[in-house]
Amino acid sequence: MKVAVLSGKGGTGKTFVSVNLSHAAAKTQPAVTYIDCDVEEPNGRLFFQPTHVQSEEVHTLLPLFDAEKCTGCRKCVDFCHFHALVYIKQKPLLFSEICHSCGGCQIVCPKHAIGEQPHLVGQLEIGMHDSIRVITGILNTGEASAIPVIRAALEKGFSQNGFVLIDCPPGSGCSVMESVAAADYALLVVEPTAFGFHNLQMVYELVRLLNKKCGIVINKADMPYAPLENFCLEQNIPILQRIGFREDLAQLCADGKIASLHDQRTAEQFADILQQIGGEATI
Amino acid sequence: MIIAIPLDENKKNVCVSFARAPFMLFCDTDANTHDTVPNPAAQADGGAGLKAAQWIIDHDANALITVRLGQNAANVLQAAEITIYKSEGEDALANAAALQEGKLSVLDHFHAGFHGIQ
Repeated sequence: MKVAVLSGKGGTGKTFVSVNLSHAAAKTQPAVTYIDCDVEEPNGRLFFQPTHVQSEEVHTLLPLFDAEKCTGCRKCVDFCHFHALVYIKQKPLLFSEICHSCGGCQIVCPKHAIGEQPHLVGQLEIGMHDSIRVITGILNTGEASAIPVIRAALEKGFSQNGFVLIDCPPGSGCSVMESVAAADYALLVVEPTAFGFHNLQMVYELVRLLNKKCGIVINKADMPYAPLENFCLEQNIPILQRIGFREDLAQLCADGKIASLHDQRTAEQFADILQQIGGEATI
Repeated sequence: MIIAIPLDENKKNVCVSFARAPFMLFCDTDANTHDTVPNPAAQADGGAGLKAAQWIIDHDANALITVRLGQNAANVLQAAEITIYKSEGEDALANAAALQEGKLSVLDHFHAGFHGIQ
């Protein structure tokens, strides 16, 4: 089973939910993988503190022009839908941060003047936390697109069967779509606030569009927020759990601790979420 | 010399956006003619700055007068040796005249680009 944890708004507790749910799953499932797709700020590793960490580089491919073979026919420039190539002084010029590495320019070049060169965009860290395999995608600072690192992290995570938890980036844009596309279940984490609710609606629209089964975890739940409660009723979205707005939980998180390990109530709540979404659980 | 100037909907004033301007004015100072052409980059999904820059290069422009310009488009235009000037006032034709009289200054600060966000 592959579960994606999303939120729309940042800071609602995606990583908190992902880490604790992974931990609940590891009690009954032989193989649990946690994949951190929030590659701009991957924080799951702060809680898991994985050991036996191995690193792998993630590259994209950029076109490399052979000036001797290029006749300046311009076919590559006219082909590029992203306008990553411009034609100046009868030669193509590449704007690498706009290139989507589709390889189309190479295919349309009649003189075979375009090769490929690898471009380092980030890395993966693969480690273990007890029986949980922890895969962390890390995007290099300044890179325009997170997609190549997310793809590499998911591919690595899916290479082993079992329970897979995908900790998604915030928002509802391309990087979130990429992260959630292969999931069987979308777990939406929301704060009971106007801002949290607004962004939940955006991400809910996305998971509906992608036909994902979904449920909601209300985090930092101090009191019910009526528009959110009504929305869940109207749309028939199950509220799987309400996790209280508690100072002791905040302290555990701030200390980089996995709350379920220290707080029985939290452990029970996550075991309950796991059961409701179709995984077996014991407390 | 051919001068390119992004134009507003009214086809008269300098548009604040280069890549998303609805029209472009091309002034040919040698032939003493000017032509207003719809900008094909205005509705591009992404890379509009590069597309618009490519387009004015293909029009053999030697100079651009604009309110502001993104860094990517500036890189392209500079590589093509097109001089970029900062506009003064709203009227596009008056700007073209001011350039010929040497009254416009060169634009040398570029923004990071809006990446489709208006």
